[in-house]
Amino acid sequence: MVAITTSKKACAVNPLKMSQPIGGALAFMGLRGAMPLLHGSQGCTSFGLVLFVRHFKEAIPLQTTAMSEVATVLGGFENVEQAILNIHKRTKPEIIGICSTGVTETKGDDVEGYIKLVRQKHPELENFPIVYVSTPDFKDAFQDGWGKTVARMIEVLVEVPAHLARRDPQRVNVLPGCHMTPGDLDELRTMIEDFGLKPSFLPDLAGSLDGHIPDEFTPTTIGGIGVEEVASMGQAGWTIAIGEQMRRAAEALQAKTSVPYRLFNRLCGLGPNDAFIMFLAEISGRPVPVKYRRQRGQLVDAMLDGHFHIGGRKLAIGAEPDLLFDVSSMLQEMGAQIVVAITTTQSPVLGLVVTDDVLIGDLEDLEMLAKERGGDLLITHSHGRQAAERLQIPFFRMGLPMFDRLGAGHLVSVGYRGTRDLIFSISNLLIADAEEHHKPTPDTWRITNAELPDTRIGVEAA
Amino acid sequence: MSSLSATIQNVFNEPGCGKNANKSEAERKKGCTKQLQPGGAAGGCAFDGAKIALQPITDVAHLVHGPIACEGNSWDNRGAASSSSNIWRTGFTTDINETDIVFGGEKRLYKAIKEIIDKYDPPAVFVYQTCVPAMTGDDINAVCKAASKKFGKPVIPVNAPGFVGPKNLGNKLAGEALLDYVIGTEEPDYTTPYDLNIIGEYNLSGELWQIKPLFDELGIRILSTISGDGKYREVAYSHRARAAMMVCSKAMINVARKMEERYGIPFFEGSFYGIEDSSDSLREIARMLVDRGAPDDLIGRTDVVIAREEAKAWAAIEPYKPRFKGKKVLLITGGVKSWSVVAALQEAGLELVGTSVKKSTKEDKERIKELMGQDVHMIEDMTPREMYKMLKDAQADIMLSGGRSQFIALKAGMPWLDINQERHHAYMGYVGMVALVRQIDKALYNPVWEQVRKPAPWDDPAENWQNKAIAQMDIEAAELAADPVRAEAARRARNICNCKVVDLGTIEDAIHDHGLTTVQGVKDHTSASGGCGTCSERVQGVLDAMLAMPAALAAE
Repeated sequence: MVAITTSKKACAVNPLKMSQPIGGALAFMGLRGAMPLLHGSQGCTSFGLVLFVRHFKEAIPLQTTAMSEVATVLGGFENVEQAILNIHKRTKPEIIGICSTGVTETKGDDVEGYIKLVRQKHPELENFPIVYVSTPDFKDAFQDGWGKTVARMIEVLVEVPAHLARRDPQRVNVLPGCHMTPGDLDELRTMIEDFGLKPSFLPDLAGSLDGHIPDEFTPTTIGGIGVEEVASMGQAGWTIAIGEQMRRAAEALQAKTSVPYRLFNRLCGLGPNDAFIMFLAEISGRPVPVKYRRQRGQLVDAMLDGHFHIGGRKLAIGAEPDLLFDVSSMLQEMGAQIVVAITTTQSPVLGLVVTDDVLIGDLEDLEMLAKERGGDLLITHSHGRQAAERLQIPFFRMGLPMFDRLGAGHLVSVGYRGTRDLIFSISNLLIADAEEHHKPTPDTWRITNAELPDTRIGVEAA
Repeated sequence: MSSLSATIQNVFNEPGCGKNANKSEAERKKGCTKQLQPGGAAGGCAFDGAKIALQPITDVAHLVHGPIACEGNSWDNRGAASSSSNIWRTGFTTDINETDIVFGGEKRLYKAIKEIIDKYDPPAVFVYQTCVPAMTGDDINAVCKAASKKFGKPVIPVNAPGFVGPKNLGNKLAGEALLDYVIGTEEPDYTTPYDLNIIGEYNLSGELWQIKPLFDELGIRILSTISGDGKYREVAYSHRARAAMMVCSKAMINVARKMEERYGIPFFEGSFYGIEDSSDSLREIARMLVDRGAPDDLIGRTDVVIAREEAKAWAAIEPYKPRFKGKKVLLITGGVKSWSVVAALQEAGLELVGTSVKKSTKEDKERIKELMGQDVHMIEDMTPREMYKMLKDAQADIMLSGGRSQFIALKAGMPWLDINQERHHAYMGYVGMVALVRQIDKALYNPVWEQVRKPAPWDDPAENWQNKAIAQMDIEAAELAADPVRAEAARRARNICNCKVVDLGTIEDAIHDHGLTTVQGVKDHTSASGGCGTCSERVQGVLDAMLAMPAALAAE
């Protein structure tokens, strides 16, 4: 039984968590021609902007309602109105996505009401797509903001199919969690299309933040799923949700359009992909392509080759719930022991992590517990680098932000192939670490005291 | 070349080897390894063996005179560890070309030696002969001599071109090079009554350092190791040691014996694999040093250290016992073939399968070593399908073996642990045995096995390769049974006794015709098992199979 506890510290040190509004903003970036807008002070936007620029190394469209002190007290209607008008006029977006922040939520701005008023005052905006989502900074975390935003997009943008409208059984909606990289989405698209299915990803960061060079400069997102495609998602035969954080969105879609959904809480690892591939075979009515038969064999082989290095490792991981559950489970299945699991927010999947306790905490907790429990593999986002340096243990970067390495958007962990490559990357890191830091010396086995050695199971020789 | 063949003959005549001493004059000339079979050999060559044996001398430049294959395809591939210099890991080769073959490569070799000395200035250069320049007649001895004189530095020829024989022969030829050119050429700064040589130890994964702290504690000085973590000068003055231990393998027995002859350094053959062997070896070292003049309190102090280390090791293994209960190990090894590893694994609660092992006497100990050695050869001759069947039949939970059979075990979804030279973990001494037990536990309980054994969801389990392999073998067996001519040929083609070359058909016929029931009976009629005797197990197996058959069938 996993004990899920929340840190009792008053002061978070070296935070793991990022805020809800930017999770929401990132979701809007998976729409074509979108301009995400944070309703808050300038800083709310600029911090998020810099974070995404450093992570994706791309131009990031993100705007602000630039709330001043006075506007905050008096209410932000004018700022919202001005922001929408300016964005609409200057950048000609196809959609504006608005997330609230801590400031405006504390004041209690009725943004839905504002939008109605704006539409009344400006008839040219009457049918212009605007999605608003409430994402106070002081509640929940990044992945919650993402999940809520996708659910709101569905509630606002998806059209209710006409009665008895014919569904297209080949169309599949895919609702990926924010732990899926653009690379993951491309891999999923390939897998789904190989079964003759036509996927619609909401959001689709692969089109916007995959690092391609656009033909012309646009101030809005350069790709992603179009608003009209989102509107037609009710015609799909199935919805595939990836990550527990997407349950809310999948249920919203089902409630509105009766499209059934299947949620995959993991797509890294052998078993989860067996289930995924078989689901695709089942809904497409097609046999599993030879390609995936080969890939499965390659993954099994990679697991065998990798288990020598991963087996017995004491993993200390800090990640948002869905990423934490996905990656730590895969490593646990290869013999790693999850000794420290730190996460950002509550989630039903935390109870499924094979470990004694999961702590909703920070990177200080991760570092201290890793030290205390002898962790010898650290996985978290780039901010774990200081802890890794102090702990002197191998560090594999996963999650957002990853600002001090290239290719964050293309780290693939889904599918047989993605799992295979992830196993290789982590194993290689461990091999390199062994070569660099753990070569035996004449003093490796020198007796420092006459006490009995540590006789606990699995304890490595000093 | 005449001197090389003389050296080889000399090496084959090894009075220090019990096995060798029991052979007839003619047998001895054939050498101590089985004749290589074209199309069926997989081991390394003499050059490989020589390089492996000397390469762990860490401060020496090892220069390979030959085409790129010999060094280019093999350099920096060994897990020996060094406490100081790393020049041994630098790949040096003359990379000879067509011109060198036509006009001779001696000049190039000489220049190569000069370049190495200019750039790296090692205390010595070892020059390895390979097949091609040996064929064209490059005289490396002469080149080395000239270079040595010119540059004022030892340049040592190692004359072991690949085609003269297998790896094992190369080990010995490397030893000859040390005896001829290195050992006894320098003097240590000082000597002590506790000076010890360790011969035939390569410090793989740094395992020597698992035992060295105990020597340090006892005040025993390792004057020289030949060659793990060795330094040129240490090898050169190794003739001043009081005693020597020859570690485990017989690879360097010629060095140990000749050092005894030339310098009066007594040696014993011991091993640090396993708890009992480690203790035996430590005791023997103490005894020999005391015999040679060390103060006799060394023996008592050694016993104290042994008692402490044994207690620690057994205590560390104790918690694994319940986890190992009922777990079966298939041990196939030619490398760490030590009885005491077997004993320690049994002590930890593991059951050994595949070889009938009962612990007790010294003879049993010898027998199990031989049996496991035989199994290694059997494994090398097996097809993957046959090996899979063997693993399945053995119902083992884990296989310990050398690297070559790992993929069969892994693909069969069976936990596997490398215990031969290529391994990454150090398993020597008391701490090493505990480490081995810990690794076995880790492998046994890794959940990955459950994962990889799962069939693909779209597969019919009957259609997987494992079941197909078994089915295929059943079909072949049935076909064989249905075709008397082929069955006869198959019976005749399968050798049971390698020494006396007796095939299965002959033995089965003898058992049938003469109503034999014992191994002795078979031996009397066919001379099978009359050689080394290690095939008596297999003969017994044939007997068991025949006797189990219904009488009517057997009478046909």
